[in-house]
Amino acid sequence: MTTPAKDPTPDTFPTAELLGGAAELLRPDGPDHDVVVSSRVRLARNLAGFPFVAHASRTDRNQILDLCRHRLAAADGPGPFTWLRVHDLKAVDRSLLVERHLISKQHAKGAMAGGQGGPDEPRAAAISLPLERLSAMVNEEDHLRLQSLRAGLALADAYRDADALDDHIEAGLDFAFHPRLGYLTACPTNVGTGARFSVMLHLPGLRMTGDIEKVKRAADDMSLAIRGFYGEGSQNIGDFYQLSNQTTLGKSERVLLHDMESSIVPRVIEYERLGRRMLIERRRDILEDKVSRALGLLRSARLVASDEAMGLLSHVRLGIVLGLIPDVPLATVSGLMLLVQPAHLQRKIGREMPQAERRRARADLLRATLGREGLLRDDPAR
Amino acid sequence: MLCECGQAEATVHEVLIKGDKQVARHLCEQCARKAGIDPKPSGSMTELIAKHAMGHSMGIGAQIVTAPKRAASCPSCKTTYDSFKQNGVLGCPECYTTFLEVLTPLLERAHEGATHHVGKIPRRALDSTKSHPGSRIDALLGSLEQRAERLATLRKQLDEAIRAEQYERAAKVRDEIRSLGEIVDEGAEPEPS
Repeated sequence: MTTPAKDPTPDTFPTAELLGGAAELLRPDGPDHDVVVSSRVRLARNLAGFPFVAHASRTDRNQILDLCRHRLAAADGPGPFTWLRVHDLKAVDRSLLVERHLISKQHAKGAMAGGQGGPDEPRAAAISLPLERLSAMVNEEDHLRLQSLRAGLALADAYRDADALDDHIEAGLDFAFHPRLGYLTACPTNVGTGARFSVMLHLPGLRMTGDIEKVKRAADDMSLAIRGFYGEGSQNIGDFYQLSNQTTLGKSERVLLHDMESSIVPRVIEYERLGRRMLIERRRDILEDKVSRALGLLRSARLVASDEAMGLLSHVRLGIVLGLIPDVPLATVSGLMLLVQPAHLQRKIGREMPQAERRRARADLLRATLGREGLLRDDPAR
Repeated sequence: MLCECGQAEATVHEVLIKGDKQVARHLCEQCARKAGIDPKPSGSMTELIAKHAMGHSMGIGAQIVTAPKRAASCPSCKTTYDSFKQNGVLGCPECYTTFLEVLTPLLERAHEGATHHVGKIPRRALDSTKSHPGSRIDALLGSLEQRAERLATLRKQLDEAIRAEQYERAAKVRDEIRSLGEIVDEGAEPEPS
């Protein structure tokens, strides 16, 4: 049997708070939550007077950490923020932050441009707990990446918070800014506003009707990026797609925000709802079968991989918002979508496990949460 | 790097993938024409700038990138344009000034033709210009000429939005023009003596 892993350093990772279920992401009543899982605004900022991260010395990067930490901790700002030195975290905890979309995979690895970097590079994450609405990565590709999150379609609210946090930091630190090019970023694709407005969409209807390709083409025409569940370079899992602007120069934040929130995303939502209505009207049997099978599998399977779980939970989510599954709350599914991920699962169970063991633990957790466990708990075979 | 002819600087770099082997050729513009290679860069507009800057074109098998005129290296961080092409990231804020000329076409491709920032300006920095007008506001908003260009960009966006009957969008652009106007007016006013 596996014994709990020994911690080489005292464990101050806020596991209990992160897994406490209070996160904004789990709120089931966000605007247009039937299609839009979450809205996110990211601002890329760099401190004046320092080279960008990949060219900065270790001393510079440590100094950048100190400056940002100090500024984020200032009492008059939004927050409070929990400060995590990412280079000191265990691998499982870095993965947990990736699974919660609080840091990027690149930041977890400490990877830098040109194949440099590694897990020991000085870098940090700041998180406003317990809601996790605001967070920051320090020393990722840019010195500062601010993130603001809301459940459902609420980009304007998310931007308001991000803007206020940005002002607060700038009140004490000079940002690199160019009169013609705006906020300067390590990669010229982010220069200008440095703002990325993105929404996580659940599009099972469009996938089933085959119209998802049309949406992808339309997005491309409008210079928008459609990405997978974990952003750049990731696969789509369970019909979740992240839609975001690519252009950051020449369009103001309020125009970008308007284009996304009032023009583009509502059209995709409408299109997805139309697809779902069509499926209900013309292929109700197939749809109900898909949803019920998914729930059935989650309630009875003994070994479940994380991608499989995500795919099944995606169908259950669809079933819930269409009223086909009356007895499972949406928040439960949102919570499970996090808890079935490898790092979350290990932290929830309280020990690190090899993959095979995780499949079993994941299936146990799913059964326990989705309702049948009561009947099976006293199974003598266990 | 010299061209194969040994007489001129190679500005056209072609990489052919034959089987799993890469064959690279470095030619001057004249030799490139003789070899039937179009020395203009090719590639899809929607391709990200980083990829573009790194020399990935959309052509199958071959990549053709013209070497731009460049400053040797950034005086502040010593980053060269070649290393930017390799890594996709610049070395420091100063690099934008150093490489502005060669970066401009890349920026236009990545940002739907845009060359000027419109939108947020750091607030405290902007407020501080009120007590020190002149050079400080130039550092944030650019010269009068650049400010005029920014306004022109916005007016064009306003026209486009109205022509497309996107009135809500037009209103957002108008707000932007108004706030920029206010900033410029405030900043331009001399201190009361």
